Order: sequence, then structure tokens, then C-alpha cells
Amino acid sequence: MATVEVLEAPASAPPLVAPPSVPLLKRLRQPRVTLALILLMWIPLTIFVMFGAYLGDPLKSYVLMPAVPATLVLYIVAVTSWRESPIAVAGLTLVFFWLLVAVTVPFLPLVDPNKPIAPFADPGVFKNGHFFLLGADFKGRDMLSRVLWGCQRVLVWGVTATLAAYVVGSIFGLVAGYLSGWWDQAISFVSNVLLSFPVMVLFILILNYLGSSGFNIVIAVTFASAPAIMRLVRGLTLDTKSRDYIFAAQTRGEHPFRIMLYELLPNARGPIIVDACLRLGYTTVAITTLTFLGLGLQPPDPDWGLMIKESAKVAMLFRFSYMLLIPALSVSTLILGFNLMADGLREMSLRD
Amino acid sequence: MTEDTPVLECRNLSISYYTRAGEVPAVVDFNLRLMPGEAHGIVGESGCGKSTVALAIMNYMGKNGAIVGGEILFEGRDMCAMRQDELRRIRGSRIAMVYQEPMASLNPSMRVAEQLMEVPIYHEGVSRKRALERAETMLAQVRLPDPRRIMSSYPHQISGGQQQRVVIAMALLSNPKLLLLDEPTTALDVTVEAGIIELIKDISANFGTSLIYISHNLGLILETCNRLTVMYSGEAVESGDIRSVFNEMRHPYTRGLFNSIPLPGADKNARPLVAIRGQLPLPHARPNGCYFGPRCDHFVAERCDQRPLPMITTQPQSGHAVRCVRFGEIDWELDKPKAIEREPVVPGGVVLRVDDLTKHYTIDSSAALLVGAKKTVKANENITFRAHEAETIAIVGESGCGKTTFAKVLMGLEDATGGKVELGDLDLAHLPVQRRNESTISRLQMVFQNPFDTLNPSHTVGAQITRVIRKFGIARDPDKIEERLNQLLDIVKLPRDFASRRPRQLSGGQKQRVGIARAFAGDPKIVIADEPVSALDVSVQAAVTGLLMDIQRDNRTTLLFISHDLSVVRYLADRIVVMYLGRIMEKGTTEQIFSPPYHPYTEALLSAVPIADTTVKKRKIVLHGEIPSPSNPPKGCPFSTRCLYMVKGLCDTTAPPQREFAHRHVIACHLEPAALLAMEPVITIDAAVRIGEQPTVEVEAARSS
Repeated sequence: MATVEVLEAPASAPPLVAPPSVPLLKRLRQPRVTLALILLMWIPLTIFVMFGAYLGDPLKSYVLMPAVPATLVLYIVAVTSWRESPIAVAGLTLVFFWLLVAVTVPFLPLVDPNKPIAPFADPGVFKNGHFFLLGADFKGRDMLSRVLWGCQRVLVWGVTATLAAYVVGSIFGLVAGYLSGWWDQAISFVSNVLLSFPVMVLFILILNYLGSSGFNIVIAVTFASAPAIMRLVRGLTLDTKSRDYIFAAQTRGEHPFRIMLYELLPNARGPIIVDACLRLGYTTVAITTLTFLGLGLQPPDPDWGLMIKESAKVAMLFRFSYMLLIPALSVSTLILGFNLMADGLREMSLRD
Repeated sequence: MTEDTPVLECRNLSISYYTRAGEVPAVVDFNLRLMPGEAHGIVGESGCGKSTVALAIMNYMGKNGAIVGGEILFEGRDMCAMRQDELRRIRGSRIAMVYQEPMASLNPSMRVAEQLMEVPIYHEGVSRKRALERAETMLAQVRLPDPRRIMSSYPHQISGGQQQRVVIAMALLSNPKLLLLDEPTTALDVTVEAGIIELIKDISANFGTSLIYISHNLGLILETCNRLTVMYSGEAVESGDIRSVFNEMRHPYTRGLFNSIPLPGADKNARPLVAIRGQLPLPHARPNGCYFGPRCDHFVAERCDQRPLPMITTQPQSGHAVRCVRFGEIDWELDKPKAIEREPVVPGGVVLRVDDLTKHYTIDSSAALLVGAKKTVKANENITFRAHEAETIAIVGESGCGKTTFAKVLMGLEDATGGKVELGDLDLAHLPVQRRNESTISRLQMVFQNPFDTLNPSHTVGAQITRVIRKFGIARDPDKIEERLNQLLDIVKLPRDFASRRPRQLSGGQKQRVGIARAFAGDPKIVIADEPVSALDVSVQAAVTGLLMDIQRDNRTTLLFISHDLSVVRYLADRIVVMYLGRIMEKGTTEQIFSPPYHPYTEALLSAVPIADTTVKKRKIVLHGEIPSPSNPPKGCPFSTRCLYMVKGLCDTTAPPQREFAHRHVIACHLEPAALLAMEPVITIDAAVRIGEQPTVEVEAARSS
């Protein structure tokens, strides 16, 4: 009789917690957990870069503390779930290298990136009591420190701007595709007008009008990218709109906005994610170009575009070309990372 | 080569695909012997490997497929040993293939003539002028009207039936020895299909071509082939002479298939269909021994789970063979799968009244800018009928008949142009879904056609059903919702843990069950089922129709069953409405529709439906021409362009009168009542044929006529 009781007891008890046999990694891969990790990484980084000045020095560094483990765990989760595609893993590794640098840079033993020490010190030279692994720029600031600090601004403003462009573009795309008719005509017309401007002209116009700051870069990038995103989402919506499950939602009297957000948008996510990875690359280029033109983020804080701009004249001499090459290569690796991720994702989505 | 050399011989053919999961055997130990002028059918459900066999015969397996064993002999030569350029010369000239989707097999940017001419120019090196002549002759031979016009048009300018005839003409141009037809009529309407089938039957007689006909439809195989092979999960399970297999099937799977298709004798109450339980095993998870074992009623451990499992000949003279070790032990007359008999449902009061419902669409044609005239598509014209509680009403018609528009008007997605739709005392014709209240919406729900489209791939099954429960306010607190969800999953016979699954983890039949659960979540009074089973395999079809019937019986729901398949309709409908180009041609009870007097269109429709029963004799009525475009319907009777009884000057000018023949049996036709009453039944069942010897003679006679 005793055995019967033992057998019955676990069967009748409701499973309150997930059984411990589920591996930790698998639990981390649940969408909800992954999203929490992303936020845990992203919010501190954004606060640090955008509002760091208001927080003051000691507090500023504590903000980034939770982001460090979150980034590491996220990298492991991403690599294990995308391990089928070596291309995607390579892209992830490049992107996460810079993300990890961005969240750990205040804790690294680096000198102040804005402190002039030894002008024109060559890479690998010990000068004025400091070892310059990547040399110093024309003002004598440590290149290594500047490159590592510089990735923060590019990453944060690049991703924020892309995200903003996606929110705006997706909303208009959904409305134009789903409601069609008048809405479609009006939205498509405006987006065609915006698309007909050369991107740089649009940027210069907007930033000259609004003044140069990080938030205005976000607005400029949104204006430039949203029309293309709107066309993508509109096309996907038109394709999905005729499916039976949309018909089913309509026949149960759902509100059009609910249909757009819950029924249409989730099914457009595949192409959107792939496109977003590519677009992150464009945005990064655009932001560095804007800074290079003097329209973007302002000195003295390090920024890759700014570094390229400042060293452009000096780097005419071959001996000092490292000042240009180092930030330029950094930009390239980050963009390459985004593009490889996009390729890997597309490859994986084709397989299933 | 002599007369005795088979055109094609497959010996112990095995084909595998190489995927990420490793080698997946698609076809195992397949044998076939095709003599000159013979037509061989391959029948089976999706995923059984029938199309793979066809591709292997063309030796066209793609990158990840390969023939791993056995040989394919074409006119005595091994195809596997041939070089690529030899194969290229054979493909398209000695062996030709016709695919399912005609639009996908024609190049949309080339005129029909150019595409046809390529064949003789490439394979025989004839001059362009000669090729053009031959193409034109061939188009006439596949009975296309006005070949010249068709030659100079692009594929999208001609109809689906015409496209398929062009594809067949292209296949026949080089006078092949072997023609492979892979579901050539599946994408076409039944009356158009009947014409193509007639053509295919004449091909072997006129051209001496051997045919391999691949289909999931047993009725079509019976009409076109001399021999057949039944396939299951990559294996041939039964093969032999068509009459022998149809009359004395000796494999449990074959019999399961026949029991799950609605043949004329079946009845939803007295003789319901019996579905095959379980599911087709995945190619990499096949059971040991007999692949059908886990689904078979005659499974015996230690015997059916052993390999090897050879084909055993049951009748040497007809070449009937079966892959079942126990076929001799089963009493095939007595051990029939049993279905539970049910009491007929008594219909209640009127639930839905449709009166003179009319729906017109206006489209701006390019000429409208100049002339100011707008084109009107009359999608629905004066639709009138009543639906009673717990009744099944079938709306039957081919593409363009307006059945989908009718469903949309009923659901409130389109506003009617005129007329009334009364649900209770509420007029729905001019009440769009946004203005209907929750209880009205929940009383009227829909089951959709395509199982792969009916569920949102991004949300779990549970989330999609609970959304309906919440939306209609059936239950509010989470426990009650969960309870209702589990109850619904039980009703559609799905395990409860399916609630957390996503649609891609479900098979087609399971998705359709979820779709049914979703429709019934709000206890609807009326459910519109838009071809709910036509995209499913036959064995699954039986289970899903059975389920619909059961739920309907328990809830006393009125079912509006939209379909083009008259066999399914005959099986489950109480009343039938036959539509053509937006108008009702005939309406009445199922018996009234299936027996004279007929509307000429109903008569043709009945004759066009292939029936997989050798005891059934059909009167052959093949319509000519295509269904006219709804934007440009004929004047007068819409059917007048194809009607065999057309009276010039009457049918093509004035709309036909509605005549009531019996209580609620209405036919809209100009023919005199006496002429309609004098019609002979289209389908007759001759029970004596099954035992007697005359069937072969019968078929020969039918073919030569």
C-alpha cells in the first residue's frame, strides 16, 4: 500500500515550479528571460551614455555593474542557440566583443581618454610614464583608451536611432498595409518624398535646423530610415493580410490595431530582424560620418567618428596613419559583426 | 525492343534524401512494371513518396536526393548508368512529365507558341516553321478551341484548364513513350477536371503512350488507370490490376483508405465513415516491421514487427500483390472496421433566413477613365434559402460561384448590395462586424479551408483559443478560461498539453481541429465551414468531418458547409444549394439533388465527380468550355454558355424562372418541367457488378464510346 501512495502523491500534486531537470541554459533561452537579460544589459548602458553627466562620477560607474554579467550570459545564450550557423556566431562574437567593452570600460585599468600625456607617441612605446599599446594621438591622448571608450557612444546612439526608426516605420507600414486605401496613399506619398532626398542632404538639413546632439541624430536617422522600413513592413503586411487567421480575427470583431499588433506584426518579425541587423550597420556608418562632418556628437569625449575627424589631417603622413586606422577598423568590425549576424539569421530562417 | 519489353521497370528501387538529420529513406523497395500503352496509378497520402518516385524516374532528384538501391530500366536500359547528356535527351522527349500547378510549369514571360516550339526544335532539330505547325496540330489534338489565339497568348491570359491542356500538349509534342502525370487536375475545378480526365484517357489510345498517374484521389485512378500501386510511408503496400485491388483489397491500409472516403453507400447516421486512427509516421521514425503496424487493427506482435516484409502475390493471374504477412488470416468480409450507428438529428426551427441577397462589386477598369463606365461583378444574385437548427446545409459550386463572397457578407466583412439576412430577428445584411455586438458575433463563426493558414504561426494554440473565450465573454477568471480551453481540446480530441504548442508543431489535421475548437469556443448557433477538409488527406478528412458532425449533434449547431466536393456533401448534408456564377441553380434536400429532376449544371457536376467504387455506374456528361469570368457573365442563364440543353434565343437572353418541383426543391431552368422530370439518374449502383465478370467489358465499352 505504501508504494501506491508514493506513486500517487507526485502525480496529483500540481507542478508549482519547473522541474529542476530542465537545464539552466534552456530556461535562459525562454523569450521572456532573454528579453530581461537584454534590458538588464541595455538600460544601464543607455543611462550611462545618455544621462551619465547628470549622475556624477562615482554613481555613474555603479550603474553599469549589473550589465556586465548580463552581457556575458546573453552572449553564451546567443551562441548556443545559433550554433548551427558559424557565420552568425562569428557576427555575434564581433558584436558582443564591443558590447562587452562598452559595459566594462569604466572598470578597466585605463587612463583618462581625455588626458594629454605624450603627443605623437608611436604604438608600443613607453613615454612620460605611460605605456602606449596603440600609440597616442596628436594631443597625446592614449589611443587604446579612446577606442575602447568610443564604442559606447556609437553603440548606444546607433541602436537607439535604429530602434526609433523601426518603431515609426513599423507603425506606418502596418497602417498603410492593413488599412490600405487612403491611409496607404498618404503614407506612401510622404515616404516617397522622403526617399527621394539624398540621405546626407536630409541629415545635414535636419541637424542644421535642430542643432547637433545625440537625440537629434536619432530624429535624423528616423527620418532617413523610416520610409524604407515602412515599405518593408507594408509589403509583409500585404502578404499576411489575406491569411485565414486575419480573416478569423476580423470575424470575431477584433479592433484593427489589435490585429496589426498581435496578428500581423509577430509574423513579420523574421525579415524585420534580418533587416534591422543590416540597418544597424548603415546607422553606425551614418553616425560616424555625421560626427566626422562635425554635425554629430561633440568633442572632447571620445567617439570613433570624432577620432577619425580629428586625426584626418595628421594621418596624411604614413607614420601617423594608425590614428586613422584604429578607429576605422573598429567601426568596420562592428558593422561586419552586424552584417554577419544578418546573414546567419537569414540562412537559418531559410532552413526551417 | 519487342512488344514484351516493359517501357519502364523499377526493381527494388530505394531513394533517400540527405538532410541535416542524416539519411532519410523516402522510398523503400519499390517495384513497377509498365507495359506499352498501359496506365499505372500510384495512390497514397501526402508524404508517402509518390512524387519522389516520379522524380526518380526522370532521374531528377535535386542536390540532396539519391537513388541508393535498385535500378530503373527505361526500355531495358538502366537510367542510373546514363550520362547527364543522355538523360537530357531522354527527358522531355522520351519521358515527359505534367505537374500539378499548370501556372508554375509554364514560363509566364513567354508566349505559349514559343514554349511549345522549343520541344521539337531542341529534341528533333526541326525548323521553326515546322515546329509551329506541329504545335498548332497538337493544341487541336488536346481539344483546345481556337489554337491560333492560344498560341499567341501568354500563360496568364488563358484559364487554368486551358493551361493544363497546353502543358499536356507540350509533354506530348515529342511523342514520348512514357508520360508522368503528378496530380494533374488537383488545382482545377471538377467540371474542368472531368474534361482533362477524358483527354488523359484518350492519350494512350491515340498516341500509344504509357502513363504513370500519381494522385491522392482513388476515384480518378479508377477512371484513368489499368493497374495501380498503393503507397504508404515510402513503401508500396498493395499493387495489382485495378479491378482486383478495388474489389478485393488485401491490405488493411488500402481498406482503411476506402472506408474513410465517402462512397455513395455511406450515410452519416446509418453508415458513418471510419477514419484510420493515428498518424503517418515521420520518415526517420518509422516503426519496425510493417510501417502501418501501429495504426492497424490486425497487428500481431512478433509477426508484424519483423523485417523483411516482402510483397506477397495473392492472385498470380492479375499480378495482385500485397505487403502484409497476415492477409491470408484476416476474414475480409467479416472483420470490417465498425462505425457506431447514430440516431438521425431532427432539425428545429428556422435559424437563418436569407432573402434575395445580392452583392455587387464595382471595379474601375482602365477604360473607366475615358468612358466613365464602371464594371460590375455580380458576386451574389438573389440568394434565397432557409437554414434550420441542427441542419447541415451545403453550398456547392466551383470557383467564382460566389460562395466565399456569401460567407463574407454573412460574417459582416462585406456589406450586401441588397436583400436580407435574418438571424433571429436581426438583419445582418447591412450590419458590418464592427457594429455587431459580442453575442451576435459569437453566434456566427467560421471554420476555414487551409489548415496552414487558419492559425497564427506566432501564437500558441492555447493563446488563440483563450482569446476567443475572453473576447466573447464566455468566461472571465483565469481558472474558468483554462477549464473551457481544456473542455474544447477534449471535444476536438486533442491532448490537453497541445495548448502550449505552436501551430508549426502540429499536423494539418490537428491544425484543422484547433480551428474547429476556436470556432466552437463561443457556442455558436451557426458555423460556416469553408471547405474545411479539402486540403486534408483522405484518412484525416474522415476524422475531421466526423468530429464536425459530432459537435454539431451535441450543440445542435446549424452548419453551412461550403464545398466543391459532391461526395463529401452527399455524405453529410441534409440540404444542398447548388450555385453557379453567383446564382442559385438548384436547391433541395440531398436526395432531391442526387436524383432526377436535375438542373443541367447539377447533372454535369454529379457526373464529373470521380467515385472510387467499381459498382457505381455513371452517365458521362462532359461540359465544354470554361467557367465564364464573374465580371463578364453571360446574359440570361449564367450556365447557358456550357449547357448541353441550351435553347438558342431563350437561355442566352432571359434569366431562367424558378420552378418548385417538390416541397422546397427549386430548379432555375428554362427547360419544360416534363423534360427535367424525364432525366435519368446520373449515378446508379449496381451491386451485381462486384461479383460478376462484366466490369472489364463495361469499361472497355465506356472507353471506346
